[in-house]
Amino acid sequence: MLKETKTRKKIATQCYHCGEACDTSISTDEKYFCCEGCKFVFQLLQENGLCNYYELSDRPGIKGKGKFSSQRFAYLDNEEVKRKLIRFDDGRQCHVNFYLPQMHCASCIWLLESLHTIDTGILFSKTNFQRKEVFIDFDTSRISLRKVVELLAFIGYEPYISFNEGEKKKAKKISRKKFFKIGVAGFCFSNIMMLSFPEYFSSGNIGQADLQNVFSYLNLILSLPVFFYSANEFFISAWKGLQQRWLNIDAPIALAILVTFSRSVYEIISGTGAGYLDSMSGIVFFMLVGRWFQDKTYDSFSFDRDYKSYFPLGVTLIKNGKEETSTINKLQKDDKILIRQNEMIPADAVITDGEGNIDYSFVSGENTPLLKRKGELVYAGGKQLGAAMEMEVVNPVEQSYITQLWNNDVFTQQKNREKSFIHPWSRYFTVILFLIAGSSALYWGINDLSKILPSVTASLIVACPCSLLLSATFTFGNMLRHFGKNKFYLKNSSVIEALSRINTIVFDKTGTLTHSSQANVVYEGDKLSAEEINMIYSLIKESVHPLSRIIKQELISKHSVQPLRVNNFKEIAGKGIVGSINNKQIKLGSKQFIEGNGSTTSLSQTGEVYFSVNGIKKGVFKISNQYRKGVAEMINSLTQKKYKLQVLSGDNAAEKNNLESIFGEHAIIRFHQSPQEKLNFINELKNKNSSAKVLMLGDGLNDAGALKQADVGVAVSENTSQFTPACDAIIDSHEVRKLHKFIQYARSGKKIITWSFVLSILYNVVGLSFAVQGSLSPLVAAILMPVSSISIVTFVTAATSFSAKRKGL
Amino acid sequence: MSVLILLIGFSILIAGGFLVAFIWSVKKGQYDDDYTPSVRMLFDDKPIAEKKSSLTPKQK
Repeated sequence: MLKETKTRKKIATQCYHCGEACDTSISTDEKYFCCEGCKFVFQLLQENGLCNYYELSDRPGIKGKGKFSSQRFAYLDNEEVKRKLIRFDDGRQCHVNFYLPQMHCASCIWLLESLHTIDTGILFSKTNFQRKEVFIDFDTSRISLRKVVELLAFIGYEPYISFNEGEKKKAKKISRKKFFKIGVAGFCFSNIMMLSFPEYFSSGNIGQADLQNVFSYLNLILSLPVFFYSANEFFISAWKGLQQRWLNIDAPIALAILVTFSRSVYEIISGTGAGYLDSMSGIVFFMLVGRWFQDKTYDSFSFDRDYKSYFPLGVTLIKNGKEETSTINKLQKDDKILIRQNEMIPADAVITDGEGNIDYSFVSGENTPLLKRKGELVYAGGKQLGAAMEMEVVNPVEQSYITQLWNNDVFTQQKNREKSFIHPWSRYFTVILFLIAGSSALYWGINDLSKILPSVTASLIVACPCSLLLSATFTFGNMLRHFGKNKFYLKNSSVIEALSRINTIVFDKTGTLTHSSQANVVYEGDKLSAEEINMIYSLIKESVHPLSRIIKQELISKHSVQPLRVNNFKEIAGKGIVGSINNKQIKLGSKQFIEGNGSTTSLSQTGEVYFSVNGIKKGVFKISNQYRKGVAEMINSLTQKKYKLQVLSGDNAAEKNNLESIFGEHAIIRFHQSPQEKLNFINELKNKNSSAKVLMLGDGLNDAGALKQADVGVAVSENTSQFTPACDAIIDSHEVRKLHKFIQYARSGKKIITWSFVLSILYNVVGLSFAVQGSLSPLVAAILMPVSSISIVTFVTAATSFSAKRKGL
Repeated sequence: MSVLILLIGFSILIAGGFLVAFIWSVKKGQYDDDYTPSVRMLFDDKPIAEKKSSLTPKQK
């Protein structure tokens, strides 16, 4: 679990704090850092004697923190915001829970629980690693909520406070009920079994009659909590199914429990026998354990995020020339807001002062930042890369262009899941069981009346439907865990079946098939001297354009760089950057920017960054999308298995040829797709062909509608601190190449369950042969049930693990 | 044979005590997080000389 190691390329220097590649310019204490931020955090930890942070894990720091705009968290002073976030406040102690997606190692846990050392206002902090949450108890008279968050952000663990956090409180209490039920059932089961041993070993003839009674009545008392408390979910579920005239998997189980209990009660009270209470409590116990095993949840992921989890909670309003903070749901038309660098635009607004350089890559899939001037309308959801700007709101948050997408019905309906293939089996089972019981009743009715009731009830007791349920629950539970080991996290077990039915797959391009941050960089031109490399590097460090970041990474990984001083730096959005280093004028940008001629297509479309010194062109960096490793092979094997493949991209058509060569001519490839268009496309696919089962693979907000519309929506996640839209499964970006293997594995699950049904039927045949004769002893029943359960569980566990190995998972 | 009944009575009582303890620990939230305590217990305590004289954290 703690093995989230960051893979590193071989480079000269690594930042002591976060491990990223860096040059040797920033250092202290003989350690190098990639930026001032990392150095500041190191110094803070050193001052407070917290350097154990670096001992517990390898370079555990989180990059780029240690500094922040002092106004960024100003909204946390707002009373209403405080009320939404704080759980408990008695004037002295204040409890708050934060979600910290950056938590990834032992050092994080250690540091976050040592917060009281850095600031004595923090009384106590406790982390929950699986949920990536920290609970903080602080003294409001010594430190404010805002300062707590600022401290967390400073050391690199900025809490994820979105609009959603203010809206709901997470429900944690549900899973505890499972433990209570299992605990009670287990306690009663084992004690009943122990008290039944005399019964087994004396084949029904205990010498002292009063002891017989004692044991029987004790068993009866112990079975009451099992029947009325632990087993009630089976009865409730079966009853609900019956009300809808539907026999679900719980119906035969509820029936078995009921019959066993009734017959046992009758036998004990009338003194005619010892009953089968051990089998009954055993059934309940194993079923509950199976259910708990199947319900594997991933607490640190959220499969149900909508735009509210993506938008921030607070915003800076400008009222009467003064800055105030407020929550975004209060924004009205004509409100004036201030958006600083790296802040998100929460509502459709018009720029009234300043310039917008806006990154919509997550919302629309376009990699190029958009340049917007004063007076232009800007849509919500983008991140401002440029300096602070003032805007005037046009639409409140719920009516923005992007949030309109969530008005679509597809977000309010539950996904139309076909009933599991297990349910028909359970119905046949129940029907056949009644037939057998009925025919044995008929037979005994003719031959020996006294044996009707025993044989019928024994049949209903021993025909263990629990093996049916156990097959499914343990198979799915095991498969969920195997998927999870391979970083493919499914929301619940019904997704496995949906996966096995897939025949059409739709891919998003940016961030899904291609790396969102890395790219291929090829340099063409005059060989660069060491000084020139340093000059390019120094100029690029000042720029915020995504292409600059890419070139910077490329330079650092291949050369050892030393930054030089840059004078008169200027970044002209969409065109390039210019500055003077060592009295030479250095320019980096589009062809038009450097040479003065050439087309005016934007930088990101061509992906060509030209470089000139003192006006003389020296060369060009050609940047293209880097496809994830193994994607081509994965697409190939999917095509061979006759899956229908399509690609929908929000980006421009620059990659058309590359995509066509990977996907072949039968695939539909579309560009410039808006979120609504993606949703409509999936709808069309399903309407045109009613047997089409669609899997959608995407990563951004722009895929949210399509992910919901598809039968299986899979979100690609580059790192766990990133937002993922609502989906059925989350796949790590490095494992996208195994998609075809995952689908094959899901298919094999059905086969495994079928085989284990066959196995359980064999057991049932054996048991029923005893039962119809009317001579089912409690011993036989007590042996048969655990033996069949355990062997079925072993079989499916071994089969799923074997199948996973065979598929290379 | 009244001894047997006495013995059985006591053993069920003791077992019941364990059940109560289990339910109490679940209610207290000890099973909410079954992963972090395993990491937490491997941390070293700071040597006394280095410890600041500030508040010691309450162990919940």
